[in-house]
Amino acid sequence: MSSTVSTGTKGRPGQGVRAGRPHAAWALPGVLFFAFFAIAPMALAFYLSFTSWNGLGDPEPAGLANWRKLFNDPRLTQSITVTVLLTVVSWTFQTVISLLLGVWAAGRQRNRAVLSAIFFTPFLLSSTAIALLFYSLLDPNFGIIRGDTFGSTSGAFLAIVFVGGWQFIPFHTLIYQGGARQIPEVLYQAAAIDGAGRYRQFFSITLPQLRNTATTSSVLMIVGSLTYFETVLILTQGGPGTDTAILPYLMYEAGFKSYDFGYASAIASFLVVAATALSLLLVRLTGFGAMRSTREGM
Amino acid sequence: MESYSRRWFLGAGATTLITAGLTACGSGSGSGGSGDTLTAMVYGDDAVKVQSAAVKRFNASAAAKKAKGRIQLEKVPGSDYPAKLRTAMGSPHAPDVFFNWGGGSIKAYKDAGQLVDLTDTIGSDPVLKSGFLPSVLAAGALGGRNYGVPMRGMQPVMLFYNKAMFAEHKLQPPTTWDQLLDNNAKLKKAGIAPFALGGADVWPELMWLEYLVDRIGGPQVFEKIKNGDSSGWGDPAVLKAAQTVKQLIDDGAFGQGFSSVAYTNKGAPAVFAKGKAAMHLMGSWEYSTQLGEFPDFAKKNLGWCPFPKFDGGAGDIRNVVGNPTNYWSVNNRTSNKDAAIAFLKECASEQYAKDLIANGDIPTTSNAAKLLDAAPNPEFARFQYEMVQQAPAFTLSWDQAVDPNISTPMLTEINKLFVGKSSPSQFVSALQGLK
Repeated sequence: MSSTVSTGTKGRPGQGVRAGRPHAAWALPGVLFFAFFAIAPMALAFYLSFTSWNGLGDPEPAGLANWRKLFNDPRLTQSITVTVLLTVVSWTFQTVISLLLGVWAAGRQRNRAVLSAIFFTPFLLSSTAIALLFYSLLDPNFGIIRGDTFGSTSGAFLAIVFVGGWQFIPFHTLIYQGGARQIPEVLYQAAAIDGAGRYRQFFSITLPQLRNTATTSSVLMIVGSLTYFETVLILTQGGPGTDTAILPYLMYEAGFKSYDFGYASAIASFLVVAATALSLLLVRLTGFGAMRSTREGM
Repeated sequence: MESYSRRWFLGAGATTLITAGLTACGSGSGSGGSGDTLTAMVYGDDAVKVQSAAVKRFNASAAAKKAKGRIQLEKVPGSDYPAKLRTAMGSPHAPDVFFNWGGGSIKAYKDAGQLVDLTDTIGSDPVLKSGFLPSVLAAGALGGRNYGVPMRGMQPVMLFYNKAMFAEHKLQPPTTWDQLLDNNAKLKKAGIAPFALGGADVWPELMWLEYLVDRIGGPQVFEKIKNGDSSGWGDPAVLKAAQTVKQLIDDGAFGQGFSSVAYTNKGAPAVFAKGKAAMHLMGSWEYSTQLGEFPDFAKKNLGWCPFPKFDGGAGDIRNVVGNPTNYWSVNNRTSNKDAAIAFLKECASEQYAKDLIANGDIPTTSNAAKLLDAAPNPEFARFQYEMVQQAPAFTLSWDQAVDPNISTPMLTEINKLFVGKSSPSQFVSALQGLK
C-alpha cells in the first residue's frame, strides 16, 4: 500500500507525474496530533496494564496479573458475547433500513428533500440526549411503552439496539444516498429497455453497485459498535445484572468506579487490539483495500 | 516534583485513552498550594450555597488573617464527583481541602498518605471536640482515627409513606415486619404497589438490604464486613435479608418494572407522590426532593417513620443506616495546614448550622437541637435529629463504607438479586468471593 504513495522527495522516478503532490511535512501537524493524543496514551495505557494503580501515588509493577485476571474474568467472555451480538443485530437492523431509505432518498420523488432532512435530524442530537430521551419514553409508569424494559435482558438489549439505530441510521442513510446517486443512469435505462422491473433493477444494479458503499458503512458500524458507550451507560448501566455490560462499559467501571486503572488499561489495550484486528480483517475480507471499481467492464 | 509530573502524565494518558479523550484530565483550576490561596473541592449541588457563605465569612475573618490563608471554593457538579476528585488528587493540582463521604470513600487517600490525621487536632480543640455529635464524627473515621470534619446535613434513611392513602385504607405506619406485610397485602388488594423503588440506580435497592441486615442481625454484621472481613457476608442475617428481599419482589411489593425506574431522574419520587405506590424507603433528602417536585404532596400527605423491627431479629429499631453526613478532609500536601484547619472550625459555628437549617438540612453539630424550630419543617427536622441523636448505631451506606473496588461488584450483585438473576444463596456466595 505504502509503495504506491509518493512522499514527494525530489529526484525519485515518477516525480513528473506526481509533482503536484504535497510534501510529507504537510502531514506533520496531523501526525504529531495523532501521536500525542492517540499513540502516546495508548502506549501509556499498555504500560499501565502491567501495573497496579488506583490513581494515587506511583503505579506498582504487577507483571501479568491484570492480563491473567482479564482472561479469567467470566465477565470478559460475557461482554464479548454481548458485544458480538449487539454488533450483528445492530448491523442487520441499521443496514437494511438505511440501505432502503438511502436508495429511496436518492430518487426524485416529491417531498423527498424535506423528508430526508427530517430523517437526518436524530443524527444531530448527542448520544446522551437521545439516551435520556428514550429513558423517559420507556418509563414503566409514565412513559409511552409501559413494562419493565430495562429489567429484562432482551428488553434492555433491544432498547440499546433500537436507540443506537435511531441515532445512526440517518448517517448511514446519507452514505447510501450518496452511493446510490453515483450509479450511472444509463444502467437503469438499459435495464428498462431489456424489460427489468423495479425489483430486478434493485437487485441486479443498485445492490451490486453499492458494494463499496456497504463496506464503508459496515466497517463504520462494526468498529463503532466496539466503542459504543454512552447509550449503555445511561440506559442500562450494564444491567440487568451484567447482561448488557459491553467491553467499553466494563473498562469504564473498572477505571472510574473501582479505580482499578491497571485492570481498566488491560481492558483498553485488549479493545485496541481487537478493534484493529477486526477492521483489518473486514477490509481484507471485503476487498475494500484493493479499491476495485464497481464500474469494471463498463 | 518530578515524580508528580510523571504520575500526572501517566494519569492523563490513561484517562485520555479510557474516556476516549472526553473528560477527566484533572480539574486544572486548582492552585495546588501556590501562594496563600487554598482550594476546597466540593460537590456542587444546591446545598453548596452553605459552603459558599462559609468561605466568604472565613476569608473575611481574623482567623484567616492570622493563618495567612484564604479559601477558594471549587464546585464540581454532578455524580462524577468521586472520579474527578480521584483524578485531581493524583495530579499536581490537588485540592487542599475536599468534600467526601468518610469511611471507604477516603481509604485510598489515607493509604496513600495524602490525608492529615485530624484526631489530635479535634481532641485538643474545644470547638471541634464538642462541636459535633460523637456518633457522626466516629462514622466518618477510619480505624478509630479522624480524617474528616462534618460539613453538611445528616442523611438518615427512613420509611416515607402517603398519609392520605394510609388513612383511606385504614393503615398504620408499620413498626414490625408482620405489620408491614399486612399493609402490603391490603394495598395490593386495592391495586396499589406498596413501595416505590428506583431500581435502575441500584443504591435504592441497597437501602433495603442495609436495613434488613441491621434489623435481622444487628449492626455488627456489616461492621465486620466493613473492616475487611469478607467472611462476614456469610452471616445468616445476610442470607435471611436476601431471602426477605426475594419474597418482597415475588409478592410484587415494589410494583411492576421497578428496574426501569430511577431515583435520580425523579422517577421513583413521582411514582410515590402520584399515588402509584404507598411507601418509599429513602434518605432524608426525599423530603426536599418532594418539596421541590410535588410541593402539595410534600406539605399535606408526606409521612415518615423508622424502618420497622424484624420479628425475632437482633437489631434495635432505633438503629439508623444512611449517610451520617459529608466531611471535609485536609490534603497532606497543603501549603498551609493552619489555614485549612482554621477553616474547618467554621463548620462548627452557629452561623454555619443556621445556614444548613435554612437550607432544609439538619446539622450534625451538638448545638443543632435549639435551632430546629427555625427549620422549614420543624416537625420533620426534630424527628430526623432525634432519630440520629438517639441511634445506638449509625451504619454508613455500604457503598460508601467499603473500598470502591468492593462496592462496584457489590452493587452489581445486589442488582442481580433484585432482577432475579441470582438466588439469595448465589448472592451470598458471590459476595463472599469479593476481595
